[in-house]
Amino acid sequence: MTASVTNPAVLDINGLCVDYGLGDSAVRAVRDVSLTLHRGEVLGLAGESGSGKSTLAYGVTRLLSPPGVVTGGEVRYHPRDGGSTDILSLSPDQLRAFRWQEISLVFQGAMNSLNPVHTVLSQLTDVLKAHRPGMSRAERIARAEELLALVGISADRLSSYPHQLSGGMRQRVMIAMALALDPEIVILDEPTTALDVVMQRQILRQLARLREELDFAVVFITHDISLLIEFSDRIAIMYGGRIVEQARSKEIYETAHHPYSDGLLHSFPALHGPRRELSGIPGSPPDLTAMPAGCAFHPRCPKAFEPCDQRVPVLQPVEPGSGRTVACWLHADH
Amino acid sequence: MRYLLQRLGFYLFSAWAAITINFFIPRMMPGDPVQALITRYQGQLSTQAIDSLRTLFGLDQEASLWSQYLDYWGNLFSGDLGTSFTYFPTGVSDIISQSMPWTLTLMGITTVLSFLLGTGIGVYAGWRRGSWLDSMLPVTTFISAIPYFWLGLIAIALFAVQWPIFPASGAYDNGLLPGWDWEFISSAIYHGTLPGVTIVISAIAGWILGMRNMMVSVSAEDYVLVAHAKGLPERRVMFSYAARNAILPNISNFALSLGFIVGGTLLVEMVFSYPGIGYVLFQGVSAKDYPLMQGVFLFVTLAVLAANLVADLVYLLLDPRTRREA
Amino acid sequence: MALQATDTAVAAGESAGGPRRDRLRFLRNGKTLVGVAILGVFVLLAIAGSWLAPYDPSARSEELLQPPSWDHPFGTTQTGQDIFSQILVGTRGVLVVGLLAAVIATVLGVLIGVTAGYLGGVGDEVLSSLSNVFLVIPGLPLIIIVTSQLPETNDFTIALVIGLTSWAWGARVLRAQTLSLRGRDYVQAARATGESTWRIIVFELLPNLTPVIASGFIGTVIFAVLSEITLAFIGVADISHWNWGTVLFWAQSNQALAQDAWWWFVPAGLCIALLGTALALINFGIDEFINPRLRSDGRADRRVRMRVGFTPVVRPGHGDAEAEAAPRPPAATAPGTTIRKDDRP
Repeated sequence: MTASVTNPAVLDINGLCVDYGLGDSAVRAVRDVSLTLHRGEVLGLAGESGSGKSTLAYGVTRLLSPPGVVTGGEVRYHPRDGGSTDILSLSPDQLRAFRWQEISLVFQGAMNSLNPVHTVLSQLTDVLKAHRPGMSRAERIARAEELLALVGISADRLSSYPHQLSGGMRQRVMIAMALALDPEIVILDEPTTALDVVMQRQILRQLARLREELDFAVVFITHDISLLIEFSDRIAIMYGGRIVEQARSKEIYETAHHPYSDGLLHSFPALHGPRRELSGIPGSPPDLTAMPAGCAFHPRCPKAFEPCDQRVPVLQPVEPGSGRTVACWLHADH
Repeated sequence: MRYLLQRLGFYLFSAWAAITINFFIPRMMPGDPVQALITRYQGQLSTQAIDSLRTLFGLDQEASLWSQYLDYWGNLFSGDLGTSFTYFPTGVSDIISQSMPWTLTLMGITTVLSFLLGTGIGVYAGWRRGSWLDSMLPVTTFISAIPYFWLGLIAIALFAVQWPIFPASGAYDNGLLPGWDWEFISSAIYHGTLPGVTIVISAIAGWILGMRNMMVSVSAEDYVLVAHAKGLPERRVMFSYAARNAILPNISNFALSLGFIVGGTLLVEMVFSYPGIGYVLFQGVSAKDYPLMQGVFLFVTLAVLAANLVADLVYLLLDPRTRREA
Repeated sequence: MALQATDTAVAAGESAGGPRRDRLRFLRNGKTLVGVAILGVFVLLAIAGSWLAPYDPSARSEELLQPPSWDHPFGTTQTGQDIFSQILVGTRGVLVVGLLAAVIATVLGVLIGVTAGYLGGVGDEVLSSLSNVFLVIPGLPLIIIVTSQLPETNDFTIALVIGLTSWAWGARVLRAQTLSLRGRDYVQAARATGESTWRIIVFELLPNLTPVIASGFIGTVIFAVLSEITLAFIGVADISHWNWGTVLFWAQSNQALAQDAWWWFVPAGLCIALLGTALALINFGIDEFINPRLRSDGRADRRVRMRVGFTPVVRPGHGDAEAEAAPRPPAATAPGTTIRKDDRP
């Protein structure tokens, strides 16, 4: 599974900045983020609420609701057949054609992601109709049945309305929908937060199996880092709109370099492996309107020292040549 | 089905309540309005009219309240709403059935038209939020605050007096006989245009504002964002996802605003001397013709209840969640 | 979002007193301010109108049916009465009836709606059915037939009739709100600690219902003003008592339209529409306060169109001294890559 970490890149994010609002009232929610997603890889994005992880994902797909604005950087998508597209410079029509075809999403709220007045069938097929104009109605229905079968739902549910399905079933319908066009990337934004723990694991296992079969890359956003350790190849941890650490899941689990990553790891019980002491992180996430100077985490950091409240640490390799990066003065050669 | 029966039961209950209120209003009035009327008409009222009034106000000496109530229901079922004394000796039910078609046509067409137009404009204004349509909102608010009848007065002053394009009153050319021929129908359309446009302009603003706000709210729902993420064509997102959901509360509001709209429409009829229910009500009010007023109120209420039932049926068709409860 | 906290605090500081400052946040809304200002002018006229009026509104004069002039800003009637004075004097009646009726309706609405929502069960069923019945019975015709049968009509009785027949909408909305509040943790906690029902209603529920109550109150004022003017216009109300509807009644019954005397009915109508607009604007402010999605927040830069589903990409221009701005990636300015400033030609 970890081999995918060295696959060629499918998505390159370079210096992305996202603001809420314009002009003087703008608040920067994502600051100069650079990140690479490899083909077929599961990349976890972790952080507390307000850390910018969802903003990053929606900024990349340009789905951020007003007053969100992308204010800088580049998001480059590399299709299998070579070449690349800068998502940020697509026109609305190009964007519409690009969406779902290449990147699909599974949203946080299983309850509200489905249109309450249309049947499952109509919501599964409208995306086919929009992107595959050549398909006949019968083919679309066949495809919809096939998709439901992928997530283990029987075809007679096609005529159901969302309110007639349970929460877990709705989220599985969303996953089936996300796979409708065989996308290269699927973004999961807290896909299981609203579900109970048993259903959560069941769905994630199913997703992991589908990923192996269909070979798409996944960006998995959650605040529950223990889920990421289990289900992702690589983890990027965000704080105050920046990536503070990025490494393979196993590495983070064994030795988290950034004190914030370490704090996150000790905030959730791991379902597998040895028991850890749960301590949590003192204090609360930073106010985006009044970010502390220097490293944003320093007011809460148990290991803060001289440069932390002065200068922002740069995300750099822990040792030359390693794929592991961290933004912390503890691990920087000043 | 259960939902439908429930609604039907509610409307039957409301009809009963309205009829009962109608029965009690004259009986609860302080003083003796009948005597006041007799004095006012200085002996010009026939004994039959006075009897009709006495029945209405429950001044039939011996009869108990309960037997009056039963009599009242009995009369209702035989279509007897008492005798009008402005149109003496015509019965109230006859007057209403003569004016009813005019009101139903005018009100039906204008209400549906303003709802559809207003909702359509509201969909666009809410979807294209921040566009030039938003700068029309203050004007829309201003128009929605204008009383229907005053707009009617202005319309007459401008388009019937200043520039005599349309007739100022009536429903058809006096020289014509009502019938299903083109000459009569075109005359009716010609006469109905000014009052119709008045009602549409007055009523449309509310629908625009309501639908716009619903669109703005619904556009922020997750399923609309999902629709965008799916790369669906804009029309599909706008109509099938956003507007299709936003219209549901607007239909409930439609049902509840009907009473208000009907009130305004009756006033427009008065201003235009349009021979519908509103004009009859105006005549009744001016002459203190109580049986006529009571009859009109009853008819209007029952008509509004029926329209509400229709709105409920439409809602039922549009929202699968109520269908499940059925 | 909490970003509009600092710059607008000054505006609210004047009107808000003490700890309830945030409750008056809706006053910072531009629409609301315009509404409050217009309403304020009308309230002043209602108080001082009869002293400000240059003439006795009922006094006849030699100047029959004169168009507006310096002496008579709104012209004169067929009997030489000054219409400007009639409007000024009539403001009081309009506002008094509107406010009184709305107070009656709101008190009834709160009592019935909150009780129904809080009690639940059979009590709720009965009260809800009652308000639903009053909702579907057309209000204006009911008000007309009741008022026209009253032996005596004055401002008070008219306000009473309107108030007693128009509480249902408020009750319905409040019931729904109370139902949703009742399930909240803090109300459950208060119940669990054995607080008395009325204490919970007064101290836990009502403060949270305030915006809804306020919005219902203003809506009822609009309805009451329109109903009252209609009653006066069709001659059901006491026509010797001046209000804007009476002015219209006399204009209509003296064929002002046919005589081309537009000044006789235009000012009164405009006043009604202006008052209605002011109240509606205040209600928009309250709506946006209750439902933040409706707020058109801080769109400082009008050149960028915010659009759900298509986040705009705005790159700060060259020489933009933004300290935090990203170092420009070289690829972004490579030839052939067009950087799209959203929706700008």
